Amino acid sequence: MKQVPAEYYQLMEQLQAVDFVLVELTLYLDTHNDDLEAINQFNHYAKERKHLKKAFESQFGPLQQFGNSYSGYPWNWDDSPWPWQL
Amino acid sequence: MSTHFKTYHPYVSPFDPCPPILEKAYSTPPNLYMGFQPPNLPQFSPIEALKAGTLWKAFYDPWYGPLEPGKGGLPQ
Amino acid sequence: MWIYEKKLQYPVRVSTCNPKLAKYLIEQYGGADGELSAALRYLNQRYSIPDKVIGLLTDIGTEEFAHLEMIATMVYKLTKDATPEQIKAAGIEDHYVDHDKGLFYHNAAGVPWTASFIQAKGDPIADLYEDIAAEEKARATYQWIINLSDDPDLNDGLRFLREREIVHSQRFREAVEILKDEQGKKKIF
Repeated sequence: MKQVPAEYYQLMEQLQAVDFVLVELTLYLDTHNDDLEAINQFNHYAKERKHLKKAFESQFGPLQQFGNSYSGYPWNWDDSPWPWQL
Repeated sequence: MSTHFKTYHPYVSPFDPCPPILEKAYSTPPNLYMGFQPPNLPQFSPIEALKAGTLWKAFYDPWYGPLEPGKGGLPQ
Repeated sequence: MWIYEKKLQYPVRVSTCNPKLAKYLIEQYGGADGELSAALRYLNQRYSIPDKVIGLLTDIGTEEFAHLEMIATMVYKLTKDATPEQIKAAGIEDHYVDHDKGLFYHNAAGVPWTASFIQAKGDPIADLYEDIAAEEKARATYQWIINLSDDPDLNDGLRFLREREIVHSQRFREAVEILKDEQGKKKIF
């Protein structure tokens, strides 16, 4: 019975937290397109999510596909667990 | 600051079959009072924001059920 | 197009094997004010709304699919290992005889999802008011589900989803303000 290590959950939660800030800022900026401070904050977290995505994927495989993530060998996009199985 | 709840007192008939609930409450969440959100509102940290479900403290209005151990009743 | 990400928006946890809760949750999966309805409502209305608010409808509609996946995760976990006896005790045997453990887009009373759950009037104000109402109705539905649930971990995820309805309603209200704004006049905070 293969299970993911505790670190999987920790890294995932860090990514979920940063991505959540980005979701909130996205919706805010959709109605506040001239808030420069919010745009700077958005770009700051967009950069941070890039680092987190890279760190997560180097250990646990691709988060996105259709070419938005690199693949390991063999093809590991369709490896379990899927998000609802965790 | 707005309150997240309002209450009212329904009419109680002597012929009501169930023990009357004298005071009923309904939710009036912060979005009803905000208007167009002003810039630079106080924020949660990213992990707090995820737990709260909102980045901005002004929108935080959690709902707890009566059956949750340790919570119960209407949220404060 | 859309890109799937192998990640839930929020770390969903369920603490007890209680398939009865799945019966309530399915309201937010395939019900009139559920997450599928929300996603399809906004992503359909965006084609006939002024350009200023297309981005908002696209982004909220997309977030709704993440919420749909959270609800599916809750239902999946609550029913995955349930025995036929537990299914019967939970009162979800009607679902079981048709679908086994398969999820299906219907509401808590078993009414299948239908396009008449959503609206598209083509009038921007009418559609945005519809969306605001939909968010408030979904918020209320989460309240009633939390009231029936004694699972604190499940309620934690449901509280997140209820809070999202509050923020979405806020943004739709702002979209109305943007569309009704008189030319050249600045928004008042």
